Amino acid sequence: MTIDPRTKTGGNLILEVENISLSFGAVRAIVDVSFSVIEGEVLAIIGPNGAGKTSMLNVINGFYHPQEGQIQFGGEVRRQMRPYQAARGGIARTFQNVALFKGMTTLDNIMTGRNLKMNRWATNILSAAFYVGPTRREEMRHREHAERVIDFLEIQAIRKTPVGRLPYGLQKRVELGRALAAEPKLLLLDEPMAGMNLEEKQDMCRYVLDVNDEFGTTVALIEHDMGVVMDISDRVVVLDYGRKIAEGTPDEVKSNQAVIDAYLGTSASSATA
Amino acid sequence: MSDSQADTMPRRLYRNAQSYPDSPAFAEKYLGIWQTYSWKQTGSEVRALACGLASLGLQRGEMVALIGTNRPQLYWVFFATQSLGAVPVPIYQDGVPAELEFVLNHAGVRFAVVENQEQADKLLEIKEKCPALETIIYSDTKGMRHYSETFLYSYADVQARGRQYDAEHADFFEGELASGQADDVAGIFYTSGTTGDPKGVQLTSANLLGSAEACNAQEGLSSTDRQVNYAPMAWIGDHLFLSLSLSAGACTNCPESQETLRADIKEIGPTMFFAPPAIWEQLLTSITIRMEDASRFNRWLFRHFLAVARRVGLDLLDGKPVGVVDRLHYALGELCIYGPLKNNLGLSHARLAITGGAPLGEDTFMFYRSIGINLKQLYAQTECSAYATLHRNGDARQDTVGPPCKECDVQIAEGGEILVKSPGNFVGYFKNPEATREVMTDDGWLRTGDAGIMTDDGHLKVIDRARDVGALNDGTLFAPQYIENKLKFFPYIREAVAHGNSRDHVTAFINIDLEAVGNYAERIGLSYSGYTDLSQRPEVHDLITKNIAEVNQDLSRDSSLSSSQIRRFLILHKELDADDGELTRTRKIRRATIADRYGSLIEALYSSKKEVAVEASVMLEDGRSSTFNADLRIHDVAITKT
Repeated sequence: MTIDPRTKTGGNLILEVENISLSFGAVRAIVDVSFSVIEGEVLAIIGPNGAGKTSMLNVINGFYHPQEGQIQFGGEVRRQMRPYQAARGGIARTFQNVALFKGMTTLDNIMTGRNLKMNRWATNILSAAFYVGPTRREEMRHREHAERVIDFLEIQAIRKTPVGRLPYGLQKRVELGRALAAEPKLLLLDEPMAGMNLEEKQDMCRYVLDVNDEFGTTVALIEHDMGVVMDISDRVVVLDYGRKIAEGTPDEVKSNQAVIDAYLGTSASSATA
Repeated sequence: MSDSQADTMPRRLYRNAQSYPDSPAFAEKYLGIWQTYSWKQTGSEVRALACGLASLGLQRGEMVALIGTNRPQLYWVFFATQSLGAVPVPIYQDGVPAELEFVLNHAGVRFAVVENQEQADKLLEIKEKCPALETIIYSDTKGMRHYSETFLYSYADVQARGRQYDAEHADFFEGELASGQADDVAGIFYTSGTTGDPKGVQLTSANLLGSAEACNAQEGLSSTDRQVNYAPMAWIGDHLFLSLSLSAGACTNCPESQETLRADIKEIGPTMFFAPPAIWEQLLTSITIRMEDASRFNRWLFRHFLAVARRVGLDLLDGKPVGVVDRLHYALGELCIYGPLKNNLGLSHARLAITGGAPLGEDTFMFYRSIGINLKQLYAQTECSAYATLHRNGDARQDTVGPPCKECDVQIAEGGEILVKSPGNFVGYFKNPEATREVMTDDGWLRTGDAGIMTDDGHLKVIDRARDVGALNDGTLFAPQYIENKLKFFPYIREAVAHGNSRDHVTAFINIDLEAVGNYAERIGLSYSGYTDLSQRPEVHDLITKNIAEVNQDLSRDSSLSSSQIRRFLILHKELDADDGELTRTRKIRRATIADRYGSLIEALYSSKKEVAVEASVMLEDGRSSTFNADLRIHDVAITKT
């Protein structure tokens, strides 16, 4: 992984998270966290297990509703969003433990990512039953897009394989494909490299960087592999016990004492993982 | 255009565009759908590319390198280059940068057309060491957005320039096309070479088209035929098949990727199929191991009907008389086993299935013919455009490579070397007249370097590379390939190297087949941590010992070979690999390199040691090398006394 992270200063903010607090009963998952995501950057959210990273993503996505604070996305301010509002607004995500439809094929799973883009008149149940004219064209349009995603991720060979039969690394790639099929403005990735060997990680990094570079998609990813974080992210946010303890470029964060104490450990200041 | 006028490869293309404009010429699977290009479309694409190359300064007689997997766009480069009177030089796409460097410098290549970013990166890496290289054209734009080099052009861009150039110079293309001669060099194919540096075999349009026409006449191919081209474009076998398609007007289909090859072959259902023995063996191995997982009843069915096929199938395929009961029995087999099996392989429509490039084991050959696949052996070399001998329909025998093809002639020289006279005989090695003189006799016969004999009814039998045929100390003939092929028939053995020249007895190196042996390990509950670990397990050694004992039994039946039974063997810790120089790119064994690198292992085999330590150095795919250690066990095998 020898790609230089590009530093982006200035530029519009695509997402602003302000003073978010989230609790589950007495458990305070997120405590007064604020940060922003610049349009077109790759932001990494790191921290020890239980720090509230996935919860943060779920709040952005609309799954969890914070008790306090607000989110500014796409010019709108809201306390809580429904997940489909977030999706329609252009946020797509992947999940830590892969949430694909195990019985469906790769192609079908990626097509479900196109759901919100489908013309409701052409693809309702009645039109689909007759499958002529506009419905056909609509299906072809989406199929072409899904095939481009398949081509981009190089998964042609497993196009017709039921996803449940695929090895974990490939399932993660298919899930990325499903997220990409939605043509998102903001892509949330929850530990996309988990369980992969070096070669697979390099491939995933390449895909993430290509998506960011070619389509201008903003990427926010949770990641534990420090090498990946240092190499591909433009900025890093560090959470610990629900609080933000650092925010900045990878180099700044790497040498931040609080981060070293909480998460990185002392050898990290001299070498990348 | 008449037949005699369409005597160069590109003129033949345009004749096809006139004769069958809408017939499919090339097809590739893109975005999940087969996209077809007719002969007329191909003609127009080639014209645009040719004019584009001209606009970038390509001159008559210059070399254009081609690197990539099988894509219509890359096949068109052959024709576009030839129409300008320049020479295409295809290079193996899996070559390491040093191999590319050699060919680019030797041929003095100025223009290179590559498939994608990977190949472009390889060239950029070595560009400084290749002073002649000026222009690189890439076909797949994925990943190429940030490359700012001015000498990099996209294929589409070159074609756009070409169309403009064509409009501005109205008679240019026709003029260039018409000035080509049948004797012009139409391509330089560098042979992978089992020894020494690669040599550039120059073949003319007359060589390629002459061979293709004769072959088509013999085999009855036409414009309704279709094939799947998946073998490296730098391999002469693939180019022979391209020429066959060009000459017959048939369709050349390109698979989507290496991983989807089996599925793509099934979708196309080719009528003609060419594969090297390694692929035929791999297919058989995959069938065998999948049958191991089948239910008892299915396994019984399989064994039963394969026995029927062995008894009756060959005669049926050859058109010989067969009793009614047997015919019915075989027909039942076709319904239950052979038909579905052929369908699974994608070869239900294959009227012509060819194996060539290396010898195929007798048992593998018989297997395919017995289930109704018209598999025939082809014997030839790059130096004769892959056209020398080929079995005739109805007369394919497992131990020969057939009679000489239409318009070919074969002779055995004193000393046993095979000599070939074919319309495809090359016009010389590029920049190497000395080597050419060594290999062509004064009266136009090609010295193949293989040892062989002619049977009484005119079939050629190849024994081995003349250089490799040796003898044991007691005078017994030692032909290593013969023994190796017998070993490779077993699904668990992927590759074998036999030793015995000037020795008392025969020993062997074995490479296990990871898929087959891994499958076996799973069934007996054996866990392992990788290829090296699996290869040294006692259970695996026992498995291989049994296989070798069977081979020994077979060898004992022939009195002249009985002393060449294998006494000792070891299983190698890593697969022999072309990247490490142990095999050629077409998977032929490089005996000198192996003897050199594994000399200590060979000595251990001829001692009484039970074990030998080895330190191996492997070349990784990005060019770095790494070393690791292993202890190899040596096993004795029982020999069958005659």
